[in-house]
Amino acid sequence: MAQEITIAAIGDRDSVMLFHALGIHAVYADDAQGIEKAIHQLAHAGCAVIYITEQAAVLAPEAIERYKTEPFPAIIPIPNRSGSLGLGMQGIRANVEKAIGADILFGEGR
Amino acid sequence: MAQRVNPTRMELTRLKKRLKTAVRGHKLLKDKRDEMVRQFMVYIRRDKELREQVEAALGAAMGRFAIAGARMGEETLAEALLYPAREARVTTGKRNIMSVDVPTIRQVNTDEPADLPYGFAFTSSELDGAVLDLTAVLPRLIELAEVEKTCNMLADEIEKTRRRVNALEHVMIPEMEETIRFITMKLEENERGNLNRLMKVKEMMMAEQA
Repeated sequence: MAQEITIAAIGDRDSVMLFHALGIHAVYADDAQGIEKAIHQLAHAGCAVIYITEQAAVLAPEAIERYKTEPFPAIIPIPNRSGSLGLGMQGIRANVEKAIGADILFGEGR
Repeated sequence: MAQRVNPTRMELTRLKKRLKTAVRGHKLLKDKRDEMVRQFMVYIRRDKELREQVEAALGAAMGRFAIAGARMGEETLAEALLYPAREARVTTGKRNIMSVDVPTIRQVNTDEPADLPYGFAFTSSELDGAVLDLTAVLPRLIELAEVEKTCNMLADEIEKTRRRVNALEHVMIPEMEETIRFITMKLEENERGNLNRLMKVKEMMMAEQA
């Protein structure tokens, strides 16, 4: 069952290049088409985790949605070098609302 | 109005059996939903915590990387990072949480994290910092991937289960009860009609004999 699979990162060149130093497979993509293509290719290649910059994630929502309910790959939005758009946190909030019906997690912290 | 059914005894038994199954299924699904929500809360809290940490750490690492890029120039930077020191590999598996297959992702061969993939001659110290920062976040980054995916899948399944519970509770079960009542009443009515008829016939026969 357990097999070794690689990790990948998609995003603009400056943000993702750093991941290359860790042995994470970095894919540079700037436009919607390129990002979608990269996601599908990596998923097809059996990538377990794809980190994608939030800036890239907003450009390819359909491709991300497509893999959302499958165990692999896990597509995880991360901030790029100009900072976070809050997309990741939004995702968490959306999950809470979907599962429980009300946002109870973010209300309690404040 | 209840569904159009034949008001027969056979239909009645069949419906009663179905109702029993539906009620049992409803109870089971409700339990499943409750337990999933409980598990979900555990994961989502961890997810939030991890994401906060990772986003902060990544922001810092990328900031340093940007400075390194400014100091060293694009080409040298690309050259330095061209050859990865090691490969980040993970093992993957599946785990079953309330009959949802969620992935498990574990990092393998976490060797000495201190080595940098390049010589020090042409690189700035900011780059070292950025790479080391990122190395330090990597385990959390991987855990985040696992936890977040789990949350996504659980949320999806919880929604589905909740819909099923509601459909059973508010549509299927009341509808079946309604139909059962309808059939029972119809059967009773037939019974009364039959009895009446018999009494009438008996009366007529008595009158004839007299």
